[in-house]
Order: sequence, then C-alpha cells, then structure tokens
Amino acid sequence: MHVVRLAHETDFDGWRQAARGLRARKVPPEAALWTVDGEATLFGNAAEPVQPTDIRADFRVPKAFVDLAARVILHRSNERFTLLYRLLWRLHDERDLMHIASDPDVARANHFAKEVSRAAHKMKAFVRFRLAADEGGEAYVAWFEPAHRVAEATAPFFARRYANMRFSILTPDACVHWDMVELSFTAGADPADAPSEDALEDYWRTYYASIFNPARLKVGAMQMEMPKRYWRNLPEAALIPELIAQAQGRTDTMVRQAPTEPNRRVVKTAVRNSRDAPWDGQAPTSLAEVAAGVDHCRRCDFWRDATQGVPGEGPPGARLLFVGEQPGDQEDLAGKPFIGPAGQVFDRALAEAGVPRTETYVTNAVKHFKHELRGKRRIHKTPDAGEVAACRWWLDAERRIVRPRVVVALGATAGLAVFGKPTPIGKLRGQALQLSDQAQGVVTYHPSYLLRLPDAAAKAEAYAMFVEDLRYAWALAA
Amino acid sequence: MPTLDLKRKLAILSDAAKYDASCASSGSVKRDSRGGKGVGSTDGGMGICHAYAPDGRCISLLKILLTNFCVYDCAYCVNRVSSNTPRARFSVDEVVDLTLSFYKRNYIEGLFLSSGIIRSADYTMEEIVRVARTLREVHDFRGYIHLKVIPEASPALVNEAGLYADRISINIELPKDESLVALAPEKDVAGIKKAMGAVRVSEEASKERGRKASPPRFAPAGQSTQMIVGADAATDGAILKRSESLYGAYRLRRVYYSAFSPIPDATARLPLQRPPLVREHRLYQADWLMRFYGFERAEIIGETEDLDLAVDPKLAWALRNRGDFPVDVNTAERERLLRVPGLGVRAVDRILDVRRFKRLELADVKRLSRGIEKLKPFLVCADWSPGALTDSANLRQEVEPQQLDLF
Repeated sequence: MHVVRLAHETDFDGWRQAARGLRARKVPPEAALWTVDGEATLFGNAAEPVQPTDIRADFRVPKAFVDLAARVILHRSNERFTLLYRLLWRLHDERDLMHIASDPDVARANHFAKEVSRAAHKMKAFVRFRLAADEGGEAYVAWFEPAHRVAEATAPFFARRYANMRFSILTPDACVHWDMVELSFTAGADPADAPSEDALEDYWRTYYASIFNPARLKVGAMQMEMPKRYWRNLPEAALIPELIAQAQGRTDTMVRQAPTEPNRRVVKTAVRNSRDAPWDGQAPTSLAEVAAGVDHCRRCDFWRDATQGVPGEGPPGARLLFVGEQPGDQEDLAGKPFIGPAGQVFDRALAEAGVPRTETYVTNAVKHFKHELRGKRRIHKTPDAGEVAACRWWLDAERRIVRPRVVVALGATAGLAVFGKPTPIGKLRGQALQLSDQAQGVVTYHPSYLLRLPDAAAKAEAYAMFVEDLRYAWALAA
Repeated sequence: MPTLDLKRKLAILSDAAKYDASCASSGSVKRDSRGGKGVGSTDGGMGICHAYAPDGRCISLLKILLTNFCVYDCAYCVNRVSSNTPRARFSVDEVVDLTLSFYKRNYIEGLFLSSGIIRSADYTMEEIVRVARTLREVHDFRGYIHLKVIPEASPALVNEAGLYADRISINIELPKDESLVALAPEKDVAGIKKAMGAVRVSEEASKERGRKASPPRFAPAGQSTQMIVGADAATDGAILKRSESLYGAYRLRRVYYSAFSPIPDATARLPLQRPPLVREHRLYQADWLMRFYGFERAEIIGETEDLDLAVDPKLAWALRNRGDFPVDVNTAERERLLRVPGLGVRAVDRILDVRRFKRLELADVKRLSRGIEKLKPFLVCADWSPGALTDSANLRQEVEPQQLDLF
C-alpha cells in the first residue's frame, strides 16, 4: 500500500505531483491511499511516502482532465483523491475517456465538479457582508459556510466586484482578505470573529418580506434554490416561517375584501377623459392626419402583428410621388418608408438619376408590414388584391393632398394600387400613362426586385433601366 | 401629508413592484470595478439570485418603483389611480443610497427601477433616468441596472436610458390588444410596439461596426416584456402567438408570463378567478421549446387551444406525433434528439460527444439524463428497443406524472 500525505484538503499541486509519481511507477489505484496531513490512517507508516523525485514528465493528459480535477479537489467527499487517480490511471490506455460523459467514473467526477460549481455560485449569492470599522476605516466582513471548499477559488470574483472596498470573508476552511491591492488568505475562523449585526439588515428584511407575493406560495421551489443549510447565515431567512404561515390568510383576505370606492375626483377625471376621446374616422385633410390615421387603421388585420402604420414621407407639394409595395422589417420598426435594403438601392438609383429624394413624396401601396414568422425572422409576404384595395383609401388621400404631377408605381403591387388593375411592367415601362386625377402615371421595377435577381448581368441591366425610368419620370414632372 | 420614513417607503414601493415577474441579472457584458472608483461587476452570462422568496421567485435585483402614485387606471394593477392603496415616493438620492448600501453588503446584483406615471410620461422617464445616471456617473456603479421604459416617453429619453441600463423592458401587459383597451384605457398598444421597435433599432445601431468612432453602448442585455396571464380570456395559443410575434419583431430576450394573482383592493372590472400557477409554468416550457428546441409555435399549439396542464408541452407533442418515434440515440441528428421528451440541450450535447467514441446503451443514457423511465418509450439504444410500447394505447398514463405538479 502506498500512502500519500497531502499538505491540506485542497492541495491540488501536491496531489498532482504525487499522482504523476504513482502513475510513473505503475501503482494501481487500489494500491494508493490518500490522506491529508494530520489525519490518522489505519495503515500508519506502512508504506514510504512518494517523493517528488519519482516524477517523470512524459505522461500527458488532456487539459479537460486537469481543469476537472482542479474543481473536483474542492469537493468535501473523501473519495475525491482516489476517484481522480483512478481517472488518471485509466487515461493512459483510454485516451478519449474524458469525452465519455456516460462512463461511471467520468459521470461521478462531473457530478462532483457540478456540485463544486454550484457551491461557488451559492457563495457568490449568499455571502452577506456586515459593515465594520477599524483603524483602517470602513471594512466589510462576512461569515459564510460554503458547501464545499470554494472560499479561495471564489475570492477573485469578490475582489473584482468590490475592487475599491476593503473586505474579509471568514469561513471554517479558510479566510479571504482584500485590502484594495491584493488578496490574502488565512486559516479557517469562527463565526464569533465576524460582526454580529448591521443596521441595513432591517431594511433588507423589509424588502424581502414586501417583495414576496403571498398569493403564490411555492416553498419547494424556494428551498430547491436556497437550501436550508445556508439559512442560518442569511439575515432574511428568519422571516420565512412567518411569511409562509400568514400567506394563506393574507390571500383569503384579499380575495374576500369587496372593492373599495375609488376617490370621487378620480372618477370625474376618468369620465371627462373618455368623453374627449380622439379621432372619429373622418377623411384626412393633411399629411399629419394621414399619418395619425394610418397608425390607427383597422381596415385590414395587418396591424395586429405590425409595429406601426408607415405613412408616406415628403413635402405636401411634391411634383413626383413614388408608390412602393409595403413597409419591410426595418421600415416597420422605424415608421419611415424605404430605409431598409431596398431603400438603399432606391436611394442610390435616385442619386444616379439626379432626383433629389427630399423633393419627392415616397409612400407605399399598403401601410402595414405583412409578414410571416420563420423561426425568429419576419419574412415579407406579398399583400393580396383585397388588402391592396382596403389600403387604397390612404394612398388616394395622400395623392389628393400632395397633388403630384407624376405618380411612379414601383413594382406590380404598386401598379395595382395606382391604376386599379394589373400593369405588366416589361410592356408598359418608359411611357406616360394617363391617370384619372390629371396626373401622369409611370411604372417601373421595385428596387427589391433588383436585389433578388440572381444573375449579375441581368441585375446590372435591370438596374440601368430602373435609373433610366427614374430620370424619365423626373423629367416628365419638371 | 405626513412624511414617511425610509423603511415604510421601501415596504410600500417594493410591495408595489412585486407584480413584475422579471428579476433577471443575466445577459449583459462582462465588466468589473477594477480601475474604477465604485463597486460592481457583471459576469456576462448568467446572473446571480441572492435570495429566494417563499413564492419561489428569485431575488436578484432591488426591484422597486420610484413612486406608486399613478395617473393611469389599469384594472389589473394595484397602483391604478382609482385604488386606495397607500402611496409613497422615493427621492432620487434615496434610491441611489439604498442600491449602493444593499450592493456593498452583497444582497443584490443591482437595481430594477420602474415607476407609476406622475405628471407626464417624459417627467417620469426623466426621473428614472436621473437615478441611473447618478449611479453610473457620480458613483461609478458597475452593477446591473434594469430600467422600465414608459412607452409614451420621448425617444431621446429612451436612448439615454439605454446608455445607462443593462436591460430595458416595456410591458405589453395583455395578450390581446382588445383587452388592453378595455382594462388599461390610457395605455396604447401601438405606442408600446413603437417603443419596442425603437429600442431594437437603437440596440442594432449600437452594434454596427465599420464606423470611425464606435457607437455608444445601448442596453447590452437587450429588452424584455411581460404578459399577464388569466386577466382576460386569451387562450394559451393566442398568448404564444403574441410572444412569437414579439420575439420576431423586436428580438426580445425574454417574454415573462405572470399568472394574474389577486391584488389588495381589486377592482370590480376583473374576474377574480385566478389561473392555476401551473398554467404559467406550461407557458414558460412552451416558450423554451420555441426558443431553444427548434419548435414552431404552430407545432406546439393552435391559436385557439390551451396547453395541456397535466403533461409538459414537449411530452404532449411527442404523444401526438408517435410516428416520429422511437429515435435512435446512436444515429439521430441533434434536432431529432432535442425533440425527445426528457432530453435537455445539455444531455443531447453530451450524447453527441459520447457517441463519437462508443455506442450508447440504456445505462449510459440513464447517467446522462434525469430519469430513464419517461425516456424509454421514445428511444432506441444499443441494447434497447421500445417495440410496441411507443404506440401502446395507455402510454400517456404510463409517462404522465402521478399527480399535477405540486403548486
């Protein structure tokens, strides 16, 4: 039997050195006994302790194992040294062992590591500092009992969080001190070494009791996450039995109680507000009214899944009015037409054609974003003829107010909205078409059509025609 | 009016804030107080719950209202103008002091500040922003801040809020727009959606690269919202459809579902039939399936249907779609494994890792999952095939929990 004496309970370097030595000498896991200095063993001095000189450097293990071992060693189970050495032993022949999470030894080590991580997480959560003053000024001191030996490993977290605050965390295993420069560690302490109260705890308990909703008692869920073992060091935990005991009664009272009469002044204000309710659906006479109306429009169902109605944009006296299809994802969020990818193509083409966008009026045939969800993305869906007809009321209002000389329909949906019938673009583009309100109509491609063309040559050709059409319409409106 | 002491104010204004389910401190960037002059850190990934109340909810943040005076009259809210609840108002400094004092004692991860509407939306929002600005700029506070946005407030104020906050939220409140009109007459769905849209635009603008100066940071933990369940007649299907559309349109990090619970001094406008808490739980499970397990909402539930309260939605889906099972753990793709009831994301990833090296047997799966009995009818392993079990008529009885979850 080989006995290894480690310097202390979390002596990872000592374990690592000894384990490498044992492995090099082919000592099987059953023949190694791990103890911590000061612990009595049944075997006394039955075997020579392993000396560091036995180490051979040629045995390599995966990094995953070293990381896991460094965590597992913080576990309170006495089995941890043996378990880790058994894994090390097996790694010699089973190179992929660490990937086999279903292996009983790996599963057990993973389980230990998980419990250690949880203990560290709970330490971050449940340490409660109390203010103490000494000759050095303000300092914060906590007494804490971690489920596993995680005090030193968790200390850097507190040092980062409270870099500019002196603190000590006292635990039975080890104590952590931060002086705003560096961390230091001392031996385990006693609860009496920490301050016994803090004036703020009363406020904290007030908060804890008030944020609790007695109408939804779930004691099991609470205890799962805040196990009783931590309660004695949590100032708020003393309230728990009382809060639970009163919960049912408080809820019953709430449900039983008849509603009280609201204050008379409050009722009067409410009546006045509802009488003065806005907007009653008259035909709009200004662009501002169109914008407000579009946003409240319920003539079709698109408003339900859209953010807002997107009205047109531009000066009321514009000579040229562009009609697109409908707002897209970006337009729906921002409430402005043609600002997404198609809008960028449109802007570029306008610039090339020498058309200043700010002197034109830009709008859409349909004012809300019609789409369907694919995963988390909103995918554009073409509005049907009925929906275009429903929304035409708004487009007509815009045309009536703006009174443009030329209306340009971008794409087939816009063509339908402007001319009231299908307008084949390839056949009709590049000419002035008479509209009933004395304006001239022009049809051309929708900029998103240009984006969708897969063939680069076809795309360049269509884009050139698009620019040409814009130039033509601008000249027509001059 | 008699002046209230701070403890009494804290009691009133945290009591008034407790109907907001969110208390998360997760999803922000990694930062700490080194090199600064104050306290505070955030860990990037998961948040920390510093305590749990007996209602099972996590207490991570100091969740309070700046004031519970409010000019709105929302039927479901204890702070509505027509309620006779006790009122209080914090000063900006009081909130700042409480936050820092609690934080230094490690009670909290930070502040979640909301408010009743006083005077105007802009005035209220300005006060909220002032607390956050003082914490960040005067005290160099680097902990977590979650701010509630008043939808009617001006975009400039919302942008400033995003500058200081880790997370921003705007509550959609009710799953059906019609119910919001009926129960919260001063609130406006269109305004709420527009504000959410503006937040997404600012968020995305702050992440744009390629400019000379990097744009200012905006709410790195994104935005969330809350829906009250059971205060109107909306079905679970309608609720999840609303969530689905919110996730898609505004890239929300979370939708919180809050089962309507009785409030003190309730109005007669509300049905006081409280929904079972398990309904809220099932909605969260379904929400999870949509976000992390590749389920479409329509696969889980139709718009007019309610979720099965007796079994979880993943199991319910599997029982309806037995033709897709059993799934072979040793060959199936990740997407199919994720659909096996009882296998979580972590278990599936471990299975994928292990099977590169060996064929999994039932005992292996048992060690990687939380219980093998529920899994058996749906899995094929090296040494196990369910045979006719998958299609047996009383499978539901076999895998169904013996009783409803203990709530």
